[in-house]
Amino acid sequence: MQSLERADAVEEARAEAGRAGPPHLSLMGIVKRFGAFSALEDVSLAVAPGKLVCFLGPSGCGKTTLLRVIAGLETQDAGTIMIGGLNVSRLPPAQRDFGIVFQSYALFPNLTVAQNVGYGLVNRRKRRAEIKARVAEMLNLVGLTEHGAKYPIQLSGGQQQRVALARALATSPSLLLLDEPLSALDARVRVHLREEIKALQRRLGVTTIMVTHDQEEALALADEIVVMNRGRVEQIGTPTEIYNAPATAFIADFVGEMNMLDATILAANRIRVGALTLSSAHAEARTPGERVQVGLRPEDVRIRGLGPGAPNTLAVRVTSLDFLGAFWRAALKVENDPELVLRSDFSINAMRDLNIHVGQSLMISLPPEALRVFARAGA
Amino acid sequence: MRAGILALTALLLLFVAFPLATLLFKSFQDSTGRLVGLANYQRYFMTPTLVASLWNSLAVAVLATAIVVPLAFLYAYGLTRTCLPAKRLLVALALLPLFAPSLLPAISLIYIFGNQGFLKGWLFGASIYGPFGIVLAQVFYCFPHALMILTTAFSLADGRLYEAAAAMGTGRWRVFRTITLPGVRYGLISALFVVFTLVITDFGIAKVIGGQFNVLATDAYKQVVGQQNFEMGAVVGFLLLVPAALAFVLDRHVQRRQVALLSARAVPFEPRAHAGKDLGMLAYCVVVGGLIAAVLAVAVWGSFVTYWPYNLSLTLKNYDFETFEPNAAGPYFASLKMATLAAVAGTTVIFCGAYLIEKGRGLRALRTLAHLIAMLPMAVPGLVLGLGYVFFINAPWNPLGILYGSILLLAINSIAHFYTTAHVTALTALKQLDGEFEAVSASLKVPFYRTFVRVTLPICLPAILDIAIYLFVNALTTVSAVVFLYGASSKLASISIVHMDEAGATAAAAAMATLIVATALAVKLLHLILEQHVFAKLQAWRKR
Repeated sequence: MQSLERADAVEEARAEAGRAGPPHLSLMGIVKRFGAFSALEDVSLAVAPGKLVCFLGPSGCGKTTLLRVIAGLETQDAGTIMIGGLNVSRLPPAQRDFGIVFQSYALFPNLTVAQNVGYGLVNRRKRRAEIKARVAEMLNLVGLTEHGAKYPIQLSGGQQQRVALARALATSPSLLLLDEPLSALDARVRVHLREEIKALQRRLGVTTIMVTHDQEEALALADEIVVMNRGRVEQIGTPTEIYNAPATAFIADFVGEMNMLDATILAANRIRVGALTLSSAHAEARTPGERVQVGLRPEDVRIRGLGPGAPNTLAVRVTSLDFLGAFWRAALKVENDPELVLRSDFSINAMRDLNIHVGQSLMISLPPEALRVFARAGA
Repeated sequence: MRAGILALTALLLLFVAFPLATLLFKSFQDSTGRLVGLANYQRYFMTPTLVASLWNSLAVAVLATAIVVPLAFLYAYGLTRTCLPAKRLLVALALLPLFAPSLLPAISLIYIFGNQGFLKGWLFGASIYGPFGIVLAQVFYCFPHALMILTTAFSLADGRLYEAAAAMGTGRWRVFRTITLPGVRYGLISALFVVFTLVITDFGIAKVIGGQFNVLATDAYKQVVGQQNFEMGAVVGFLLLVPAALAFVLDRHVQRRQVALLSARAVPFEPRAHAGKDLGMLAYCVVVGGLIAAVLAVAVWGSFVTYWPYNLSLTLKNYDFETFEPNAAGPYFASLKMATLAAVAGTTVIFCGAYLIEKGRGLRALRTLAHLIAMLPMAVPGLVLGLGYVFFINAPWNPLGILYGSILLLAINSIAHFYTTAHVTALTALKQLDGEFEAVSASLKVPFYRTFVRVTLPICLPAILDIAIYLFVNALTTVSAVVFLYGASSKLASISIVHMDEAGATAAAAAMATLIVATALAVKLLHLILEQHVFAKLQAWRKR
């Protein structure tokens, strides 16, 4: 059941990409096993030129392995890789056209920043003056012009990252691979640097693939997200598609916050959750009696403007409130079904206007389109 | 890169694995080359004198180990866990025996306790020649080896454990018993095994001061060089290999159970000053360190003495080797040549080999094989390796036979003998490099050897120099392996010392030994100076 949904999503994405022109990178049927462990299972995707694509997934899902297979640092057991129309499946890394930035940056500690950035250029037998000019251009691009003579150990984490980026881009590769480039940085720097990466990528128009486990990063940066789990591609789509229309329960839960509730289909568009009967806009293709999972985002719970025709109204009691800076996260216990506890996010405004406090009774409404239905895992 | 891996594996097979295999097979053959199974071993165990040497070797090894390790334990404790002054000087004193051939302490003891010794009375009629002399000389010789292992073990201390114990008001003895001792447990076991192996396989000391007391090492020498009975020599060689290999395997087994003592969150241990303890340990260390230096100094002094003990005026006549040695100072220069060759060629092969094994891609089975063979020499005593070389290189079907007796072969043997420590040092340095340098290099289309020269070598330079010095000093001072392999033109200083001592020219032997020590110390000093001044500049990129 899930694989059908996934296959549809992938097919759609591929069709979409095809309409934009030939893809710069395309993978078909990639399989990679380490002994008995299957790291990548039948992975296929296409990346349009000039796009920034994120491989997103939990640890161990195979996203870094996939990146390394694209780079040629790991050899796939089956499948084809095409970069710029060229079949590179059997070529060693040195013969593929890409630049790469690792999580640890891998800067050469005994060379200056300028020497690091110019490392790939020296080999191409360019003249000294040309190399110097190009290095200066790259340093300017990443905002490190005055740091050319320093050694990596003298730079901060964010600066080292930018040097690594400049080094990878200096040779003007057609494909840029980033392996969790921001994981080693602290939160503030991370946000700032990710905007810089996005701006840089837009400016240069280089096809980029970024691996990350941080879904916020993926949502903010990517033109397209490839969500992976256990070696398989679960969904490919734009950030809004992934967030608003997750194809599987895993994606729904992994990206953003989600209340996951066990439910049973009663009829088309009617589901039973615990002791409640709710209407959902996503239950048409299901058979009655089918056991499913229902996902509800905390921010979709409505507490204001509940007129008489409001759908799925429930009486709840607030059992806890967590202050998270920009909003409050509340735990709401449903009066009619005390087993059911919903997480809900309330803005500061709502808290103030409605004077919400612990122990208070409220009426809430759950919009039918916000109740997403997924096949139950293991069903 | 593939060619390099193939070449490395071939070299290791040729100069480490095959000689050992030949030795093993030889012990199962008779003098005509027929396989006779265990007949040689039977004959060995039925000869009372030969079996006696086996027990002698074991007894001496156990005794020496039982004396050295506690002494070194206390010394290491003093160096790392107290606030002693002049720690560097104390370390230098204790490490002196490393720069001398094993014979040197033996010669010194002869001067002190021998028939003309000035402290002969202390022995109450017993003779220094024999087990007593061997054990005493081994104590001096093995002390630095045990010390290095134990200081490393002691310095791997997490300060937080001691802080926690102090916060709970734990008594000092309890802290020692429950925190300190368990922490150094594996270093202690390692030291026991290393010293045991060193003593049981040493040839030089047993030859010079052993007298009529036979041990396995001297037996092997007598069988092969004296009686030309190669098969028996092979049996003895194999028996020498067993305790060493056993100790090695047991040590590895124990090490595997050692949990990492220092996590990333560990805080280095800072000893706190404690007048009584510091003074006590200082006295101990000064006495022990001083004794070691004094014992070695006696031999040096003896080399300048005109005619011991009757004419104690100083002279340089003992350094005129022509009187005692057909080749005059030839052996000294031969040693110098051999050690330099071993250092230069050895460092190159070992470091490049370690690089290929660690960072190479493809041919995984060969790389693993090469690594395993590289770890073998640690378990093989020099004498056994030398014997293996005799049988393998000299075999009638072996084209490498032309190398026999040459300086080149001696250098190759030294490199093979000391391969493991150097190999592990190189691997450790290489493992500290970011694993993705080669990947970055490939993505930038820079060939791997360019990155090797521009990045890997400069970063690993300190380790490379350490390996070179290690190989040089050890090749210069080694006795056991070369005693079977030298030829007329390649007689080394250490052999010359043995011969001169045999001929009764103890002073000349002491003189040659002093030359060796002086050279080794001079080179080490040069290394230290270069490290401080020249290379400090080249390594400026390490500082913030």
